[in-house]
Amino acid sequence: MSNRTEAPPPLLVLDRVGKRYRTGTVALAAVDLRVAPGDFLSILGPSGCGKSTLLRIAAGLATASSGELRIAAALSGRIGFVFQEPTLMPWATVRDNVYLPLRLRGEKRGSAAPRIDETLAAVGLEGFADAYPRELSGGMRMRVSIARALVTRPRLLLLDEPFAALDELTRFKLNEDLLRLWEQHQWTVIFVTHSIFESVFLSSRIVVMAPRPGRVVAEVAIDLPHPRDAALRTSARYAEQCRAVSERLTAAMA
Amino acid sequence: MSASGGRLVRITAPAAMGLLALLGWELVVRVNEIPPYLLPGPLLVLETLWRDGWSLSGSLAVTLEITTAALVAAVVLGGALAVLFAQSRWLEISLFPYAVILQVTPIAAIAPLIIIWVDDTFLSLLTCAFIVAFFPIVANTTLGLNSADRNLADLFRLYGASRWQALRYLRLPTALPFFLAGLRISGGLALIGAVVAEFVAGTGGTETGLASRILEAGNRLETPRLFAALLLLSLTGIGIFTALSWLSRRLIGHWHESALPRDE
Repeated sequence: MSNRTEAPPPLLVLDRVGKRYRTGTVALAAVDLRVAPGDFLSILGPSGCGKSTLLRIAAGLATASSGELRIAAALSGRIGFVFQEPTLMPWATVRDNVYLPLRLRGEKRGSAAPRIDETLAAVGLEGFADAYPRELSGGMRMRVSIARALVTRPRLLLLDEPFAALDELTRFKLNEDLLRLWEQHQWTVIFVTHSIFESVFLSSRIVVMAPRPGRVVAEVAIDLPHPRDAALRTSARYAEQCRAVSERLTAAMA
Repeated sequence: MSASGGRLVRITAPAAMGLLALLGWELVVRVNEIPPYLLPGPLLVLETLWRDGWSLSGSLAVTLEITTAALVAAVVLGGALAVLFAQSRWLEISLFPYAVILQVTPIAAIAPLIIIWVDDTFLSLLTCAFIVAFFPIVANTTLGLNSADRNLADLFRLYGASRWQALRYLRLPTALPFFLAGLRISGGLALIGAVVAEFVAGTGGTETGLASRILEAGNRLETPRLFAALLLLSLTGIGIFTALSWLSRRLIGHWHESALPRDE
């Protein structure tokens, strides 16, 4: 891969990154990872394999205790993060929650309004701008959380098991909507999940991790055409890819 | 039970209970011919309140003034101290024990000292009431400021929020319900503090609060007047609590869990 000259420079490189907590637990051991522009990369693994830690290090929310993290200068201030929980401010309306990243940047409410409305429309929340989080369903709260991450027009979107707490139907719908937005905008996405089906449906590439210590054990390119929609879920090709990834995961766990 | 029916019962049941108790009290006093200086009946208390109302309301104003001033001082200084604590863990560790000491030492025991040290009577009473009202606000607000959601705090960090922005948009809104819970406790405590301080200060001075009137009435065995002053104090306490509960609902009722309607 390294001798392919036309490959664009990576946005993010993890070079033998390790993380050891003060308790002595090794969360990550020498992880190598390259993320190219336009990647939809899923990090797949069981709980405790360090995939969330990896994401937090990539976001700059945690520091690596060994190895090196290289981030393209173009990414500075252009990273969006979605947590496992919607993590909304309960005292603020949907509009104010989505306004938050812009407000922290010093943008005035008036000039931010069109962008907020546009982002809310993109995630299917027209008409809910003045609702409070407690008035929304779990799926809609997650949409607000995604809108908040998208409103800054990030070049890299990091998602930490964002749909794990949702029911299957809502989850499928949000998968499809997220994929549609990615197909339109071509941001780079790193998506942490423990669902094989979800990762195969969404990704262009899957990194499989194993626990104790957290490490990358396999990398699988997903060769499925775009646009992907609900019909894909029942296709033979999809099932075949899922089986392949599942086998890699099982082999890694053994 | 429907919602409106529930509310009706919630008001009428305790009201009926209260009326019944008052009726029993009046009866016991009349049947046994208990002298008023031992136990006046509720009707006599009301009559005394009506007759002495004007002079008692002057004292009520003094007590209310002390209570309100103490509460305002507790909110301003307590709130400011909590914000300081939230900014510096070091400061919190160094100062918080002293706030605790101030809180656990009975105010009646400190009051004589304060009255000796502070010349102005109003100011000395205010200081006593303030000391009692201060702690719940500091303790609750500090807890609230430190209770911000971890992930939200991370998000603020990711977007490069300044310390001030994190305080203004994350920690203060998180602390608001905690602060309001503290405020409701402090409201009652400020009144208690004002009354206790006045008891200690004695009846001297021209402008005296309700507590001095209670002492004075007690000394003269004017028990009906004592009861009338007591009734006014209770009503004041209830009034403060109601006002602060209303304020709390106004400020956080639209989002906080405690204000959500419950399905019964």
